[in-house]
Amino acid sequence: MDKFRMIFQFFQSNQESFMNGICGIMALASTQMYSAFDFNCPCLPQFNMAYGLGILLVPPFILFLLGFVLNNNISMLAEEWRRPQGQRGKDPAVLRYMFCSMAQRAMIAPAVWVSVTLLDGKCITCAFCTSVPVETLSNASYPLLSQEEIQRVLARIPCKEIYNGQELIANEVAIRYLRCISQALGWCFVLLMTTLAFLVRSLRPCFSQAAFLKSRYWSHYIDIERKLFDETCAEHARSFAKVCIQQFFESMSTDLVAAHCHLPRKASADAGEASKKLLGITDQGTMNMALKSWHRCKPPLHLHPPALPSGNGWAGEGQPPMHPSAPRRETAAYYSLV
Amino acid sequence: MDRFRMIFQYFQSNSESVMNGICGLLALASVKMYTCFDFSCPCLPQYNMAYGLGIMFVPPVILFLCGLILNRQSLVMLDEWRRPRGHRKKDPAVIRYMFSSIMQRAMVAPVVWIIITLLDGKCLICAFSGSMDPEKFVGFASITPVQLEQLLAKVPCKDDELMRNNTSRKAVSRYLRCWSQALGWSILLILIIAAFLARWLRPCFNQATLLQTRHWSNYIDIEQKIFEETCCEHSRLFAHKCILHFFESMQQEIKLHSFNLPREGERDEGEEDLLRGITDQDQVNKLLKTWYYEKPPLDVS
Repeated sequence: MDKFRMIFQFFQSNQESFMNGICGIMALASTQMYSAFDFNCPCLPQFNMAYGLGILLVPPFILFLLGFVLNNNISMLAEEWRRPQGQRGKDPAVLRYMFCSMAQRAMIAPAVWVSVTLLDGKCITCAFCTSVPVETLSNASYPLLSQEEIQRVLARIPCKEIYNGQELIANEVAIRYLRCISQALGWCFVLLMTTLAFLVRSLRPCFSQAAFLKSRYWSHYIDIERKLFDETCAEHARSFAKVCIQQFFESMSTDLVAAHCHLPRKASADAGEASKKLLGITDQGTMNMALKSWHRCKPPLHLHPPALPSGNGWAGEGQPPMHPSAPRRETAAYYSLV
Repeated sequence: MDRFRMIFQYFQSNSESVMNGICGLLALASVKMYTCFDFSCPCLPQYNMAYGLGIMFVPPVILFLCGLILNRQSLVMLDEWRRPRGHRKKDPAVIRYMFSSIMQRAMVAPVVWIIITLLDGKCLICAFSGSMDPEKFVGFASITPVQLEQLLAKVPCKDDELMRNNTSRKAVSRYLRCWSQALGWSILLILIIAAFLARWLRPCFNQATLLQTRHWSNYIDIEQKIFEETCCEHSRLFAHKCILHFFESMQQEIKLHSFNLPREGERDEGEEDLLRGITDQDQVNKLLKTWYYEKPPLDVS
């Protein structure tokens, strides 16, 4: 038990580092996903922008939600938020702390996806190739084309194999331009995120350190209390089940003895231990009946006090039970979900 | 378990080595980021300088901020700086020591980035190819200024059709790279000499004060860690007691309200304790419902 308690303590005091680990794994997963993803710009004027911006913005949203789903504290937050007040007041500061720390961790993987996408440049190139400044980038003499023609030609910029506007704008020039803009946006985004993170982290001790320590303590407390309660309930369920099953076997044994109307001999003292474990069932037929009865008619969820002394067999001189044992032929006994 | 405790203790007593480890990891991350980053100079007159210098200076700022964020000691220092005086005096020397050690560690990754950028040369070539003096290079000497600007801006792009076999482009490129690498190596040399002198000359000045400040700065760090550990331990015991009280109060309530009083049976004491008097489906349901609807107050006196 000491061993489990120490492991428990280690994870509790390092719950933050455990959550940080999951956060880091998700960030790595996000970069891996991006490199595995086969980006295919449609190269059509109406679809480029939607595709490019979709790839830029939809996966981060999914990763953000996934960050919440994988965080097992979300159910704790929901429970604490929705529980009736009862005898214990609710502290909104604790709820805010829990939500903020979960949201911060969930934001990391989406931010990594957006940065990697912008620094790579394919999405922005695809989305904005039709908005390239033709006048500044075009070759000295370019054929006069209608607006739609120009749009169609520009839309093919990301697809080098089918690009047919080399006289209008050289493909490499346009791609370099767009990629430069994309990378500049990417670095600015990363700088902005890092600055925000730095400000959040460094301004907090300057303003509300005492309130922060309080919220952090009680948020850990709620988590530990929930885990201990589950542990205690599991222990209780185990003991309950053990006693219930023991009583079942005892009552089976009494039944069989009453039905066969013969008193078993008192077991000798040396075989006492082993026969105790057999719970009064000593042959195949009896065992089969016990198993059938267990399946067809489970005992009620009510641990009555034992009707017999701890020996096996009905000893007539024993005290009869103070209360009759609960009826055994009940049907539809249900189990509550602990 | 002893092993976990020992690892935990090791990290507690060696926060300096943990921070050095993080600093080294950030420096490696900076190298990796540079090699993974696909540098592509726009080769346009107005954009080259901004792009080149941007790539040289913006990531170091990001790495510096990351170095400050990832360093646990920065929070400890801020805490110590902003705390009310209370019963404990504040020593500005300790805060200064912590600040300078945090800054030194945070500066490593940005400096690594800048030096790698300079030694590689692409950033400087991109940024300054447009500012070259055309007289020095044969191929650019006799063309109109507008065309010159365009051509010089395209120097960093080797694969551009205009520049593909241009020998003057290679000359400009080599010239700028030479300057870039010279700058890189000089900065590296100056920094290493500065670090060497600082480390070597420091024991000559104020060694006793330094030992004191270092001791107290480690102390503050360890004290905070132990406080957090004790709080966790305390909240665990508090929760344990709270739950036990809850089960006892449930047991008492059941005894008051129910009519079948459980007889003192011959069950083991062990099982009896674990069941805590709750021996019925309804009792268990009631217990769980009460736990949700009426959590016990936070008071275990």
